[in-house]
Amino acid sequence: MTNSVSFPPGIARFSLPGAQWTRRVLLSEYFVLYLTIAYFAVAAFFFPALIEPRNISNQLSNVWPLLAVAIGQTFVIIIAGIDLSLGATMGLASVAGAVVMTSAADKLLLGGSPLWGWALTEQGGLLANHPWAVAVGIVAILLAGVMVGLLNGVFIARFKLPSFMMTLVTLMLFSSAAIWITQSQNIVNLPDSFNRLGSGDLVSVYFGDKLTPEIKRREILPFVTYPMVISLALAIAAHLLLSRTVFGRQVYAVGNNPKAAEISGIPVRRTIILVFVIAGFCAAVAAILYSARLEGGRPTIGAGSALLDIIGATVIGGTSLAGGKGKITWTFVGVLFFVLLSNTLNYMRLSAFHIDVVKGAIILAAALLDVLRARLIAGDRR
Amino acid sequence: MSGAVLSIDGIGKSFFGVTVLSDVRLEVGAGRVLGLVGQNGAGKSTLMNIIGGNLTPDTGIMTLVGAPYAPANARDAEHRGIAFIHQELNLFSNLSIAENIFIADMPRGRGGLIDRAALRRRTAELLREVDLDLPPDTPVERLSPGERQLVEVTKALQLDARIVIFDEPTTSLTPRETSRLFALIGRLKAAGKAVVYISHILGDVEALADDVAVLRDGKLVASGEREDFPAARMINLMLGRDIEQLYPPRISSVRDDVLLEARGLSLRGVVKDISFRLRRGEILGVFGLMGAGRTELARILFGLEPFNSGQLLIGGEAISDITTRGAIRAGMSFITENRREEGLMMNVPIADNIALASLGPLGGGLGVIDDRAVVSAAAEFAAALHIKSGPIDTQPVRSLSGGNQQKVVIAKWLMAKPGIFLLDEPTRGIDVAAKFEIYSIIHDLAAAGSGVILISSEIEEAMAMSDRVLVMRQGEIAGEFSGDTFSKEAILRAAFGEEEKVA
Repeated sequence: MTNSVSFPPGIARFSLPGAQWTRRVLLSEYFVLYLTIAYFAVAAFFFPALIEPRNISNQLSNVWPLLAVAIGQTFVIIIAGIDLSLGATMGLASVAGAVVMTSAADKLLLGGSPLWGWALTEQGGLLANHPWAVAVGIVAILLAGVMVGLLNGVFIARFKLPSFMMTLVTLMLFSSAAIWITQSQNIVNLPDSFNRLGSGDLVSVYFGDKLTPEIKRREILPFVTYPMVISLALAIAAHLLLSRTVFGRQVYAVGNNPKAAEISGIPVRRTIILVFVIAGFCAAVAAILYSARLEGGRPTIGAGSALLDIIGATVIGGTSLAGGKGKITWTFVGVLFFVLLSNTLNYMRLSAFHIDVVKGAIILAAALLDVLRARLIAGDRR
Repeated sequence: MSGAVLSIDGIGKSFFGVTVLSDVRLEVGAGRVLGLVGQNGAGKSTLMNIIGGNLTPDTGIMTLVGAPYAPANARDAEHRGIAFIHQELNLFSNLSIAENIFIADMPRGRGGLIDRAALRRRTAELLREVDLDLPPDTPVERLSPGERQLVEVTKALQLDARIVIFDEPTTSLTPRETSRLFALIGRLKAAGKAVVYISHILGDVEALADDVAVLRDGKLVASGEREDFPAARMINLMLGRDIEQLYPPRISSVRDDVLLEARGLSLRGVVKDISFRLRRGEILGVFGLMGAGRTELARILFGLEPFNSGQLLIGGEAISDITTRGAIRAGMSFITENRREEGLMMNVPIADNIALASLGPLGGGLGVIDDRAVVSAAAEFAAALHIKSGPIDTQPVRSLSGGNQQKVVIAKWLMAKPGIFLLDEPTRGIDVAAKFEIYSIIHDLAAAGSGVILISSEIEEAMAMSDRVLVMRQGEIAGEFSGDTFSKEAILRAAFGEEEKVA
């Protein structure tokens, strides 16, 4: 940082009328929340379908798995790192659990898998139809996520590798591994009790005609679902961990100034490793939600633009890529905004390519906003 | 004063409604050195940034050799002949000396490509002029801080500046490098350039300046010829009140029990055979030139670097493999020479910075931490050290003055309740009044029974503050002086080694 008095010349321009109000809104930590509400109001005017219960129910089901994995990314970005491997971790974890639980596999599709014949047969996986299949499957998913996180964390903390580099490598490694294991196929025939984790509902609302003699299944819209409960529980736990514990303080300290943290006796390496393990765990939770919803283990659930969503939602929430600054509540708002954005872009009948172009532009805007805020705050010093 | 190169009339500036400069009138004469002094926040840097084109004044006009002068930006100022040598040097450490000097205007050959031969030749000429005997291709990262400073000056010479502004140029220079810089400033003067010299080190201002200007709270409180401004008067004008002396009076409080003992500590190529004892209540000064191994020794004691051989005893117990956390558990604390990079989280509120080294004890069962408990605990230490700030739970450390930032670092360690303080240049870049306060805090620590190792490159500071002074040279202890045998000459002779005679 420069000396306390060298300002970028642009700062002076903020003394225009109304600038004070603009500053306040821009600097508010819930700027993105206001933006989301305003955007929702405007978009709802143009696309009334947006506020139909069916759409809202649908969109909420998109929110929960993304929230789970974005929580992990939030931890990593707070320590000024980035985890590019979260999508790949989801794919690997999804496959790892499915292979254990599946009750039947097609030789034609999966015969080329390195697991075929011993861990995977036409009678399914190792624990096919076993009463513990679901429990062990979930443990396998979580373990896969934690192990990838541990690998990332140990290399980054121990050998001081840039997280970008290390997680790029694990991204390539594990996305390919997941595809190799499954020969690019989905592993289906998962136990029903597992699949219910993805679609099971606690509160649903019937919006159909009240006078009709039979209620159609598709007229019942779930709002409070298992994924919602699981994701929110994870979010609350993560929020408390970050804001109310010694560990949380250590995470912020490592992100703000790792040298000062080390000299002040913070276990910097251990904190870095734990953060990546948490990120892997969160990716695994997201893998459970996606796999259960898709009723199958899919190596590509986190491939392609999923990574864009994970990083984008976190950054849009306001968590700073420079490290040291971020909150789970911000990320929650960022995820809501991102899902809303995708939803409205779909209504605009844009192609997948155009949607990614717009999303990219929004992430760029969020990054610029972060820089602008930093400058405004720097300007407050006088 | 005739022949004013630059005259400043009624310059004022405010940021967000806070006036930092008002109605400053000043003249800078050709062939003269103007010493500009004032406390941190007095407006010196703002004034220089206005002259250097980084800031636009709200009021007032400037005249440069008879023509109105209102630079639009730093480049514009440079074209008009203003060279600004910043406190934090603006060199590219990965580039060579030659590339740095001509960064803005590389000599071009055919086809617009850089003419390397001309670049080297012209750089060599310039380096001869400043008496810097280095190949033009040397990467700047291999230079000492003093050599870098000289490269900056060379860059200014290449621009053929009329006015050269130095902002705290000697903070990281060895005495030898300082005298080299002063000789160079003498040559600039002889060549008819105007020099503005900003410094906290009043001795340097006395030695160099022809004219003195004193700023306080954004106003010019006095200016005139150097003869009328003895150091004591400069201090009084800067503070706006009288202070008796630079160092608080000290009653030695050394007790018998040894807190920390080093026996033949060595790290190959860094320090060699270091032995000393630190007693309860003692302030042990460590003096040495830049690169003598002072900071490295502190880093070893604090477990940031390993040692190859020797023994370290804390409270009489030998510790073979010291880690930073082990050192903290054993009651050590380390205030580093670079508080921005190693001491503070600049963007984080004061309270969180103060709590940083005590997070473990602050956390209750399960490591749960209560925000209010953190703030109230931090408030106690902020008050005890008279940290001047707004609300400590929201105000970021970045917005504090250097002296108050340093107090935050000290508060951080006080909260961890250590018995041994390693202080590495604790008053670097801090103004006179804040220095006095830091010295008083150090005295209080010793009086309360802590052991203090005070690393300093200011010999007066080391002598005035310490019960004993260890002198380091090339990684070894070159001498030990206790209170009754202090002599500036003897200490300097030990620091430089016998073969070099120092006046």
